[in-house]
Amino acid sequence: MSHQQPRPALDHLEIAAGNGLLHRRAFLTSGATLAAAITGYTLSETAAAQQLTDAPWSTKPGVPIPEYATPSSFEKHVVRTLTNPRGEPRTQHARTPHHLVNGTFTPNGLHFVISHSGAPDIDPAQHRLVIHGLVKRPLEFTLDTLGRYPMVSRMAFVECGGNSATLFSNEPLQAGVQTLHGLVSCAEWTGVMLSTLLEEAGIDPRAKWLIAEGADSLALSRSVPMSKALDDAMIALYQNGERIMPGNGYPMRLLLPGWEGNMNVKWLRRIKLVDQPGMSYYEARTYAPILPNGKAYQFYFLQEVKSFITHPSPGLKMSGPGFYEVSGIAYSATGPVAKVTVSADGGKTWAEAALQEPRLSKAFTRFRLPWKWDGGPAVLQSRAWDEAGNVQPTRAEVIARRGQTKTPVTNPAAFPSQHYNGPTSWAVDRAGEVKHVYV
Amino acid sequence: MCTSKRTVHASAVLASRFVFMFVFMFGFVFMFGFMFGFVSAQGPGLGHPISEADVAAWDISILPDGTGLPPGSGTSEQGSKIFAAKCAVCHGENGKGGSAAALVGGQPLTSGIETTKTVANFWPYATTIFDFTRRAMPWPRPRTLTSEEVYALTAFILSENKIIGAGDVMNAQTLPKVRMPNRDGFIPRFPERIP
Repeated sequence: MSHQQPRPALDHLEIAAGNGLLHRRAFLTSGATLAAAITGYTLSETAAAQQLTDAPWSTKPGVPIPEYATPSSFEKHVVRTLTNPRGEPRTQHARTPHHLVNGTFTPNGLHFVISHSGAPDIDPAQHRLVIHGLVKRPLEFTLDTLGRYPMVSRMAFVECGGNSATLFSNEPLQAGVQTLHGLVSCAEWTGVMLSTLLEEAGIDPRAKWLIAEGADSLALSRSVPMSKALDDAMIALYQNGERIMPGNGYPMRLLLPGWEGNMNVKWLRRIKLVDQPGMSYYEARTYAPILPNGKAYQFYFLQEVKSFITHPSPGLKMSGPGFYEVSGIAYSATGPVAKVTVSADGGKTWAEAALQEPRLSKAFTRFRLPWKWDGGPAVLQSRAWDEAGNVQPTRAEVIARRGQTKTPVTNPAAFPSQHYNGPTSWAVDRAGEVKHVYV
Repeated sequence: MCTSKRTVHASAVLASRFVFMFVFMFGFVFMFGFMFGFVSAQGPGLGHPISEADVAAWDISILPDGTGLPPGSGTSEQGSKIFAAKCAVCHGENGKGGSAAALVGGQPLTSGIETTKTVANFWPYATTIFDFTRRAMPWPRPRTLTSEEVYALTAFILSENKIIGAGDVMNAQTLPKVRMPNRDGFIPRFPERIP
């Protein structure tokens, strides 16, 4: 087979940075078709080549097509990890397996969820959204009513303010990208612009904030500045084309593109316009990170520019020296991703990655870079910039401003602080195993 | 493509009538909208008017200045009994902590960024205790506490933390005036985004 044919020359491809990182367009400009030469990451050992025969599934008709498709039975391992699968009286986290998916949006069944008291089983026919407080006309909307309004669709990531929090540990927690960064996902959201409904209700000029509240048992509430509400806030009704998943806020949620996940209130039932923030539990306490001097940040709002490598990452084994594609995701609350650089030598030298178009504001941007791994130790990192000029800080910069724990974090579900947007470093050893390190 | 003069004339008349009707109807809708004030420039204006009285049962928002606090009052002594009956099962005896967070005590925030946040060392507003207790507690049966009970529980938590006196009465007037120890411990992350 192909192993008897001459391999395309691989050695003349343009090197862009140390330890084998190639130019982002190396394969496009070399003229050689190298797809067959790129080895993949494996979850287990790759079988050796052997003579081809028909597999059993090719010699008989397949199974009937179901009404609602689910992934292949061979993909059963591609699931979220749960911290509280029995729904005990505490918060539940479901983390997205970024190392087992690709592209730029998250399938609905894999979208991350944090729920502080489970997902309410809401009858959409009985659900109501009320807008009141400092408005000229308090209004009530049903799902059917909202369905008649002009709608918009947009890609947007949603990220928990506590995503990546274990990177505040003074020693690197031995975990993979799902554990470390699984509390961010990206979807296409479709719904009605909140500004449309606020304008209809008539905004009293004294209104500076709104308090959004869910129909969950905790009636979770968060205060949102009116400026954000009138900018790009949406009452989202659809998630990747279908009705929003129960855990993500069925039948409607507040979408505040780029802003702290918890503020994107799920199961939204009430919006009250007010002249001051409510100082709810989640804004006055939970999502207010403590600083090294004992003060705390309040109203962090933004999920700042960030990137991390998903391929390779812990759990994905390198199947021998040769060509790989380093790939990951980047995003920012303050505009489209402008640039991502990748290092394979722990940050000594950097190569600019190719960015998947379209680069949408406040949505995932997939970055990719060809890498010729020589089989030796390597440390992979990524760093992102957005079009507003914001740059992902180094870990040292984050720690200098925000501090780190005094003792190593060992609980993968711990939140020693919030809003970590520094880099993540993956060390590749000679055996091809990938582990989390600090450099 | 061949059109007689007559039909051109007829369609022109029709068109002008159409324009007239369009302008008339548009003007009517516009005027109607202004008179009743529910036509939005962006949307069809289908929201159903609702009175604040009809929203009252849902309106549990409490603001730090006390706006929204209901009538009623409670003391730590009353709260102690309610706490033992309805809260201690998770929060431990006298709020010392159990399967749910401790509600009494706390380390200085300079102990480290991962310091456990408590009422005593962190919460900037006493109204938040009332708000969260009323909307979310007890965990299995939220919004079953009366306003009197919530005032009493709030008084109990504040008193156990030595933030108010043992005999202080909490009500809509006194609660917003409670000065929390960490009231000035906060920095807005992006001041330009605070209204």
